[in-house]
Amino acid sequence: MIFVFVTGCFAIWLKDLVASTIILGIYSLIMATIWVVLDAVDVAFTEAAVGAGVTTALLLFAIWLTGKSEKKVNRIQWGAILGVILTGSLLIYGTIGMPDFGDPSAPAQIHISPYYLQNSLAETKAPNAVTAVLASYRGFDTLGEVTVIFTAGIGVLALLSGFRKRRKREKGVIQE
Amino acid sequence: MEILGQFNYWVSIALAMIGLYTVISKGHLIKKLIGLSIFQTSVFLLFITIGKVRGATAPIIDPNFSSYSSPLPHVLILTAIVVSVATLAVGIGLAILIKRTYGSIEDDEIESIDKAEEN
Repeated sequence: MIFVFVTGCFAIWLKDLVASTIILGIYSLIMATIWVVLDAVDVAFTEAAVGAGVTTALLLFAIWLTGKSEKKVNRIQWGAILGVILTGSLLIYGTIGMPDFGDPSAPAQIHISPYYLQNSLAETKAPNAVTAVLASYRGFDTLGEVTVIFTAGIGVLALLSGFRKRRKREKGVIQE
Repeated sequence: MEILGQFNYWVSIALAMIGLYTVISKGHLIKKLIGLSIFQTSVFLLFITIGKVRGATAPIIDPNFSSYSSPLPHVLILTAIVVSVATLAVGIGLAILIKRTYGSIEDDEIESIDKAEEN
């Protein structure tokens, strides 16, 4: 937990963006081990592959295209710090009402999860309850997720290809 | 254990505040995106913490175990991780486009270029 906090801080603090990205990858890997400790093995797989792998690759690609160091800013923004501390303390005040860590009688555990755990094997024949819920009970959510990825892909393609055409046109003007 | 019962929530809040501070205060757009992804991870931590049951195992049904963590938050977070990468990709696409158009991805430089064009 504390490791996660420290790596998170470093990722923000470093001015060199490549180092910052690599530290973010380490942060994701530590996060993946925390998911295993918290029994979320499927999430750990995804975090290790997507968080530590794809995100790092995407960020490195972006840094390669946009330049690798941040401008030095010496002033500390007290307004931002004040706002953050205020929000944080309000949220911590909110956790007083939250159930204790791992409490079996917490509201999240007694409403719908027992149904999934008891019936998913019989109804979907998938021993992994996460898979059963993802692909069967909440199949429409997964469809929505695929739609989001598709839209994002189209968005990125539209952004970058539109630019390339414009630059070609500008070059054409210069040649004339 | 009583005192540390809320510890995971606090770490999650602290990470969220690091992310928020970065998004507010850093001028560099890629740095803002890194802060945004840290903020998202903090929300994932909050959800997975809610799903955890003390002494339970991963929700894979097996006759040898009787107590499992809640599978529902895991499903939601699986979806959220993938969506977060999608938003990150669109953000990076926008940042690259801004770099190509303005020649810079620092907040204040973009603003001054905009003002110079208006005048």
